[in-house]
Amino acid sequence: MSFSLALRHRFPGFALDIAFTAPTPGVVVLFGPSGAGKSSVVAAVAGLLRPDAARIEVAGRLLADSAAGLHVPAERRRVGLVFQDARLFPHLAVSGNLRYGLRRAAPGARIIGFDEVVDVLGLGGLLARRPASLSGGERQRVAIGRALLAQPALLLLDEPLASLDAARKDEILPYLARLKAAWALPVLYVTHAADEVVQLADTLVLLEGGRVVAAGPLGEMSARGDLAWAARDDAGAVIATHVAGHDPARQLSTLAFGAAAIRVPQLAMAPGHAVRLRIPARDVILARDMPGPVSVQNVLPARVRAVTIDTGRHTALVEVLAEGQAILARVTPDAVARLDLVPGAPVVVMFKSTAIEVLVA
Amino acid sequence: MAEGLAALALSQGEWQAVRLTLAVAGRAVGFGLPLAVLVAWLLARHAFPGRWLLSAALHLPMVLPPVVTGWLLLLVFGIRGPVGALLHRWFDIRLAFTTAGASLACAVMIFPIMLRAIRLSLEAVDPGLEQAARTLGAGPLDRLLTVTLPLAAPGILVAAIVGFATCLGEFGAVITFAANIPGQTQTLPLAIYSALQSPGGEAAAARLSLMSMALALGGLVLSEWVGRRLQAAIGR
Repeated sequence: MSFSLALRHRFPGFALDIAFTAPTPGVVVLFGPSGAGKSSVVAAVAGLLRPDAARIEVAGRLLADSAAGLHVPAERRRVGLVFQDARLFPHLAVSGNLRYGLRRAAPGARIIGFDEVVDVLGLGGLLARRPASLSGGERQRVAIGRALLAQPALLLLDEPLASLDAARKDEILPYLARLKAAWALPVLYVTHAADEVVQLADTLVLLEGGRVVAAGPLGEMSARGDLAWAARDDAGAVIATHVAGHDPARQLSTLAFGAAAIRVPQLAMAPGHAVRLRIPARDVILARDMPGPVSVQNVLPARVRAVTIDTGRHTALVEVLAEGQAILARVTPDAVARLDLVPGAPVVVMFKSTAIEVLVA
Repeated sequence: MAEGLAALALSQGEWQAVRLTLAVAGRAVGFGLPLAVLVAWLLARHAFPGRWLLSAALHLPMVLPPVVTGWLLLLVFGIRGPVGALLHRWFDIRLAFTTAGASLACAVMIFPIMLRAIRLSLEAVDPGLEQAARTLGAGPLDRLLTVTLPLAAPGILVAAIVGFATCLGEFGAVITFAANIPGQTQTLPLAIYSALQSPGGEAAAARLSLMSMALALGGLVLSEWVGRRLQAAIGR
């Protein structure tokens, strides 16, 4: 199944022309600076904006197809929209807010249960409270629960963490990750914060000036050196994998990585547990030959896929493929010349286990 | 002292005027308020051709001399008026010079007052909340009833109370359209006027005026109290 979207709309002084397809269930993150057209995409998907031309399909169901004159009204789209500013109904208690969409969902379509949502989002203690008395983070959790209980075919989150401070963000992110595990729901997540992308995205769509710059699986996209966002200091490949085993004697855990393995300092998760790794590009070392004994735990044979020189920063971004997975390395242009790093060249890629960021998926 | 108090007691006829006034005001608000809410909603949330014209026409009674409004009502709803004649022929309803007519005159006079207050409170409701309701599956009427009206309720209730209190003092339009018939169209202000016109009626006028003041004051206090309670109830 897939989620596909094609939109064209002309605003005064701004044109939107966007198309992408992503597998469902899964989280599609729409990433771009403000003014890239993210909000318009949200409004069009939710049905609050009728674009000049649109075709939106979610898991086999058409929400809009302007060629056929189809535009399902917002109230019948079953798109659960979580607004940046929560928009809870001030005259209803938390439980009334949560049940608002649930009451209006077709009885046959009720798959996501009230108690389940209250449990997953930790809303048990808030049910009798009024929105005015909630913190920003609590409000956003209630808004997510309210959208989920409307039994959406697609959950649409419009910068849900943008108005929260860092501590509140960290409070919500694990809940969002739990959503993915609890309900196999297609999710479209709009943001301009890179850390949210790394934690949540399965598919990443980069937006700029009303157009799609690039789109693809996060693993692929995060390892591309030619995209503007690879110029960030914290750029690095994100790899989705799972815990393969533990080696208590060496205080290491191994994570599945093709025929090889990636070693990290020992984790608490049981084998089989899904995790995401981020390998910061600036912590990746490239060598022409296998080194002798080194402290680095992860030494893998690889092949260069692409090289992008970042002239502004006098560095180069090298994409290498190891076990079919793309890894991004930030090195100096001098290293590129000395090692003769050209596409197709064999290379050894090394990254310290202590440099790897482990994110629970 | 006891004599003074006894002088304050209303006579049978005076009580009748009080009851009639309350009934007329009640009916004017009862029929006028739902209509005012509907029109306010149309004006606040919908763009349609002739919107400003409708708005201007409905606000006319606020700026016209009440006697002129009463005379216009006679022209339209009088027994030979275009609407009045139809009502009479089809439903055997007579408005001019009847209690129902007094209510109609009151309703027309307070309509713009209620409309303004309701429209302001509807416009104060965040359209974003209506959008949220929409994405949660609520259709237009559903949204109006479960989000917009509850959030505008304090304004609507205050409008009703102020409208009711204004009815209690309505004079010009009522006397022109419904005349001054004791027991039928003689509301408090009309009764006070008649008392002042008749020799030795000062005491009666004073009693009725005191009653009138008490009702108006009660209305204001009630509107403050209800408004505050409702604000709290909708979480403001």
